[in-house]
Amino acid sequence: MSGFGNAFSSSIGKKFIMGITGLFLILFLIVHCGINALIFISDGGLTFNVGAHFMATNWIIRAGEIVLFIGLLAHIFQALRLTLQNQKARPVKYAVNDGKANSKWYSRSMGLLGTLLLIFLVVHLKDFWVVSRFTGIPTVDANGHEDLYAVMKEKFQDPVRVAVYILAMFSLCYHLLHGFASAFQTLGWNHSKYNGIIKGAGVWYSIIISILFAAMPIAVYFGLIQ
Amino acid sequence: MSTGNMNLTLKVWRQKNNKTKGALVDYKLADISPDMSFLEMFDVLNEQLINKGEEPVVFDHDCREGICGMCSMFINGRPHGPKDLVTTCQLHMRSFKDGDTIVVEPWRAAAFPVVKDLTVDRSAFDRVIAAGGFISVNTGNAQDANNLPIPKMQADAAFEAAACIGCGACVATCKNASAMLFVSAKISQLALLPQGQPERYRRVQSMVAQMDAEGFGNCTNTGACEAECPKGISLENIARMNRDFASAKFVSEETV
Repeated sequence: MSGFGNAFSSSIGKKFIMGITGLFLILFLIVHCGINALIFISDGGLTFNVGAHFMATNWIIRAGEIVLFIGLLAHIFQALRLTLQNQKARPVKYAVNDGKANSKWYSRSMGLLGTLLLIFLVVHLKDFWVVSRFTGIPTVDANGHEDLYAVMKEKFQDPVRVAVYILAMFSLCYHLLHGFASAFQTLGWNHSKYNGIIKGAGVWYSIIISILFAAMPIAVYFGLIQ
Repeated sequence: MSTGNMNLTLKVWRQKNNKTKGALVDYKLADISPDMSFLEMFDVLNEQLINKGEEPVVFDHDCREGICGMCSMFINGRPHGPKDLVTTCQLHMRSFKDGDTIVVEPWRAAAFPVVKDLTVDRSAFDRVIAAGGFISVNTGNAQDANNLPIPKMQADAAFEAAACIGCGACVATCKNASAMLFVSAKISQLALLPQGQPERYRRVQSMVAQMDAEGFGNCTNTGACEAECPKGISLENIARMNRDFASAKFVSEETV
């Protein structure tokens, strides 16, 4: 083994992987949310389709997509490993454990929230990613771009799907509420001058991202955007 | 001590040894004084058990002044009971109400096997300290006041980390049975002072490796340890440990 030894296999190293991939996914969500928010321009999805076309064809983005999947899988597998290990660290459970007295429920439920997000992700990837990358978008818009907006409009006519997306965004919000600040703490970026900013940014980020994402199926379903 | 007027139901974990399974056993206690400490209440219970010819409840205790770290007890779902910043010996029965049912369990962690009843083996902590929680050379007598200037904030932070009494409440309350608050406090108290510098990066690697080998879980930053610590050890120490660990692994040229 090189000089790095157990840098990533130790307990702290595993946390580093969770934190780094978590922050990477947080950055990804900004890009994802930003481009999707183009539907709110309400121009029949023309601008949104330009963005979607760019994301689908630019080679840097496509290469980034591979890194994204690697990061996502690393986040999931590491979480699974850590969870199994943590369960082994307490083989006999408490008869009474007053968790709410000392911590937030969502901090203790990251595994559950993450699993809900993973289930949602399977649905979500099947809804849009598989269509745009593999099975093909059936129509083109006025500019000749693949009309992903039309796919979106069609998918979000289904109230069950809209409900699933909204519920998933609650999971996302709480997952991020813990994850954002937690990633900084894990990487050792704890500093009395910045802690407040990190905490505040984390709360605002989680709420804004989740509301924006949830607003998309709602706006399409109720025809609030054209 | 004033005459007691509290009647309580205790549900206490009884376990013969590490090989056998344990169970919660109910005990009724009458005329308990609100001025008693929680451990004195257990003394009363044990005297009654001994008079009846039963095995007394085994529990750890030593100074009964809140400074030694021996007492443990997971009381109604919280280490050291419902009060903040106190150990079980400094918890008084006035913190409970007449007629209460109190559930008392041992610390639960694979790394803290039950010895008997409420006593667990916390020698895993000793082995973590032995792995590097020291300074290898004699640093001499107290120096002249300004011989070795240390910023006040730094000295205070080191002192606050050194307040850790190693009771294990952090492990007990952590949903992952992680020992990171304890280990980070023991690393920080030395990492913050000049005498701790020469071995700073070797220390963090050795102690973290020993912590992992003992079978403690991994921190998920719920903050429960900080909230329950009877000495108020801060999560800041965990961040410092993580920082030092990263420096040790990725910057320091010394490998352990």
